[in-house]
Amino acid sequence: MGEFAADRHVKYILSVEKRKDDFESVVMEHLRLNGAYWGLTTLDLLGKLDAVDADEVISWIMQCQHESGGFGGNIGHDPHILYTLSAVQVLALFDKLNVLDVNKVASYISSLQNEDGSFSGDMWGEVDTRFSYIAICCISILQRLDSINVERAVNYIVSCKNVDGGFGCTPGGESHAGQIFCCVGALAITGSLHHVDKDLLGWWLCERQVKSGGLNGRPEKLPDVCYSWWVLSSLTMIDRVDWIDGQKLVKFILECQDTENGGISDRPDDAVDIYHTYFGVAGLSLLEFPGVKAIDPAYALPVDVVNRIFFGR
Amino acid sequence: MSSSEGETERDAQVPLFARPEWADVVPIPQDDGPNPVVPIAYKDDFRETMDYFRAVFKANELSHRSLALTSLAITLNSGNYTIWQFRRRILEAIDSDMHFELEFTEQIAKTNSKNYQLWHHRRWVAEKLGPEATEGELKFTRKIFCTDAKNYHAWSHRQWVLQNLGGWKGELDYCQKLLDEDIFNNSAWNQRYFVVTKSPLLGGLIAMRDSEVAYAVESIKSFPENESPWRYLRGLYKDDIVSWVNDPRVASVCLDVLEAKKNCVFALTTLLDLLCLGYNPSQELIDAVSGMGLPDTNPTRPDCGLAELICSILGQEDPMRTNYWTWRKSQLT
Repeated sequence: MGEFAADRHVKYILSVEKRKDDFESVVMEHLRLNGAYWGLTTLDLLGKLDAVDADEVISWIMQCQHESGGFGGNIGHDPHILYTLSAVQVLALFDKLNVLDVNKVASYISSLQNEDGSFSGDMWGEVDTRFSYIAICCISILQRLDSINVERAVNYIVSCKNVDGGFGCTPGGESHAGQIFCCVGALAITGSLHHVDKDLLGWWLCERQVKSGGLNGRPEKLPDVCYSWWVLSSLTMIDRVDWIDGQKLVKFILECQDTENGGISDRPDDAVDIYHTYFGVAGLSLLEFPGVKAIDPAYALPVDVVNRIFFGR
Repeated sequence: MSSSEGETERDAQVPLFARPEWADVVPIPQDDGPNPVVPIAYKDDFRETMDYFRAVFKANELSHRSLALTSLAITLNSGNYTIWQFRRRILEAIDSDMHFELEFTEQIAKTNSKNYQLWHHRRWVAEKLGPEATEGELKFTRKIFCTDAKNYHAWSHRQWVLQNLGGWKGELDYCQKLLDEDIFNNSAWNQRYFVVTKSPLLGGLIAMRDSEVAYAVESIKSFPENESPWRYLRGLYKDDIVSWVNDPRVASVCLDVLEAKKNCVFALTTLLDLLCLGYNPSQELIDAVSGMGLPDTNPTRPDCGLAELICSILGQEDPMRTNYWTWRKSQLT
């Protein structure tokens, strides 16, 4: 088994801010809030969240919030449900949800729900089950599920279920592990997992494991480390995570590391990025890899953070 | 289309601060705060473009020149959703020609075909144009499929077009074409199911079932290791599992695959499912499975013993999923 270069990954995440000539960073400017969530959650999973100045992060995050209650991807960017969830999740990591005007955020989220129960990403109306998950996860962390129509939200998600047991982005959309995570996560959070055919979906999900031990997102596609999260968290939520070969998956994730400079890539020998670093570490967490804290498969936050939200200290 | 709306090669080489049409604007640098959390390293031309963008954005300038600026900014960074949104506000304010917008998105799609913002924008444009856009949207997605026949965004867009603008007529043939090119294309199989179940021109699932079963069976015979047609076949009997069990073609294709000694995992899985649903196997099937067999196994009670044997064989043929096959065995009564 390869080595898990935890310290290198921590250094990589912390060093992203010191790079001057990284064009890749430039194109991520508008989704920096997502980047913050990926980086900081990974640090917390590796026990190193204290390496970051919480007050600075929180102060920056709050500058991303708009009158509507929604958050933009960075200062000066329009609000969107994607960044609103990341903002709430990062505040949860720091145990600072109390800085929020919960009513404001809740009303932003509820304003994005449509007649058919689906959610739009923002005022421009894009609909996708990703946004159903995001809305439900966010509003649940804020303990304001009462501010949306849960029944309709669930009905919409169920309408996106396919005959293979999986879920797509909209009704009729191809089953895709990312969309499945979103739908199963939303159903889990709203106590609606009885709508899932766990045996059928569990089999579809475990069929994502290919020879190399990695996971793909759909039949006949290449494996990618991010599916270590989407597939695994879905399997965990439906109690069938042992249907994949965990050891082989660990080996695949470890092979995707840059053990010299830190970070994890989508597949072995490709360039690393924060997104895949998070998903690789989160996957290892679900596989109970030593040295990595437990992560909640539905909220995508460390279990101790979720416990703190719902059960106090 | 006036030259101020499109960016020419020559224009793109002159920095914005040196262009007379931008002389009255004071560019605004990105405010990352005193200690940026994930600070950015900038390339000069990108930095400049974004500085000017922020200026017009803050001033809420909805003009032809700000439209041109968004073209440039999107070309440099198509993921920045704020720019796309501002562009839409400009397009509405100046009542811009949506046909040009189709060309613009097609340009961007050449290098960014997996970008959410692009596809959402395209949908917004198509919605504005309405049914006259139908052929163009089907053509556009077809072009994308030429280089990536599984592009999830494109398939989602195509489904939206069919359901909201129309154009169903050639869709089943198109799925056929894609499957002829790559029978393993799961997106094409999904689309086929979408057409068969939702097209107003075809008569619905039950009417189409017979011919579709025949097609699925032929596809399976060619490549039994192909996951998609097996699932498709099962999906054709969506709410009528009894008919799936009783359709002789289902067990028959399993037998064909086993006798041909080709990759048998899905054939065995399907046979296992049939048995669990009460299917009574023929002697041929029993022999075909036993022939694969593990030593020391001799099913005395054909149905239960056979299912157990299949689980054991699958544990060997598909060791990656050994826990799943063990679980399946444990579920047998």
